Amino acid sequence: MSNNSMILSSRRAFLGATGKTLSATALAMVVGSNIKTAAAADASQDIEILNAAIALEHEGIAAYQIAATSGLLDPAVVDIGVTFQGHHKGHRDVLVKAVETLGGKPAEEKSLGAYAADIKASSLKNQVDVLRLALDLERGAANAYLGLIPSLGPDYHQVAAQMAGDEAFHAAILANALGQPIPKAALMFG
Amino acid sequence: MKKLSNVILCFSVVLISSSVVAKDSVNSSGPEITQVTSQGDSVPPYAVSEQLVVKGEELYKRRCGGCHSLDNNRIGPRHRDVYGRKAGTVADYKYSKALRNLDVIWTDQTLDEWLVNPTAFAKGTSMGFRLKKADERHAIIEYLKSLSSASSANAQ
Repeated sequence: MSNNSMILSSRRAFLGATGKTLSATALAMVVGSNIKTAAAADASQDIEILNAAIALEHEGIAAYQIAATSGLLDPAVVDIGVTFQGHHKGHRDVLVKAVETLGGKPAEEKSLGAYAADIKASSLKNQVDVLRLALDLERGAANAYLGLIPSLGPDYHQVAAQMAGDEAFHAAILANALGQPIPKAALMFG
Repeated sequence: MKKLSNVILCFSVVLISSSVVAKDSVNSSGPEITQVTSQGDSVPPYAVSEQLVVKGEELYKRRCGGCHSLDNNRIGPRHRDVYGRKAGTVADYKYSKALRNLDVIWTDQTLDEWLVNPTAFAKGTSMGFRLKKADERHAIIEYLKSLSSASSANAQ
């Protein structure tokens, strides 16, 4: 065999072996890339939903702030409201950390004035009005968390359920303060 | 020519297999939803059931009121006149990219499909809340219809 033939044969052998390896590798890269893309899409979806939850907590924190400084509440009721506000701040902090861990930017809060307009704070005339508003917001939040659990990645199901539990607790206390009867039927949330 | 055909065939196999893998990965949380493209910016006048509207109003407060109001943008956009409106078009509300790009008019069908599974209907939406019960969805949609200028009760 001539030198050129030997070189050509060697090249064919090299390319033949390398071609098979590259094809399998290339296929693995394509499949792996698509799996990563799908995982990134799921994380992106979680970020959107978790940010909506952060927005919900921002509004709750602001609502209790507006209530506490409204001059409409008895001191003991202010104390309870501040405690509930603290729970919402705890929720916010957990959700912010979750979004940051996923690589997202947490939703920012609006101004207190903007929240006051959103919840129609100017229509609140007495303590009962404030308690009714707080009850509506807490019931809404409990239902919101329970309703969004199926849309969240499984890593966040338990914490969302825990937050729903806190909101339901707040709602129960507020409903009792307003003298509302205990519901007869079970499964009152979600 | 035979080599080129083989290359094209291999490339096609790779594309098909990758799309299958991606689809299985992305849709692991539910079925795909067929979207309705917009046919205009309004719906024909209609009547609503008063009884269902009353039930829908109560359900709206409980199920939707945590994030939505009729007249103010809160966590979600305001809902007055949502029926017959193109998705993602309320002024001064910061929509997700998914909703800004959603070419859909809110009707009985699209609202119902949306409320069953928003993230399947518009992947990337910030609304994760799902309303499982069909009768609750029907009542809430009827309530929202009653608040739209397209309803016969409100038609000029």
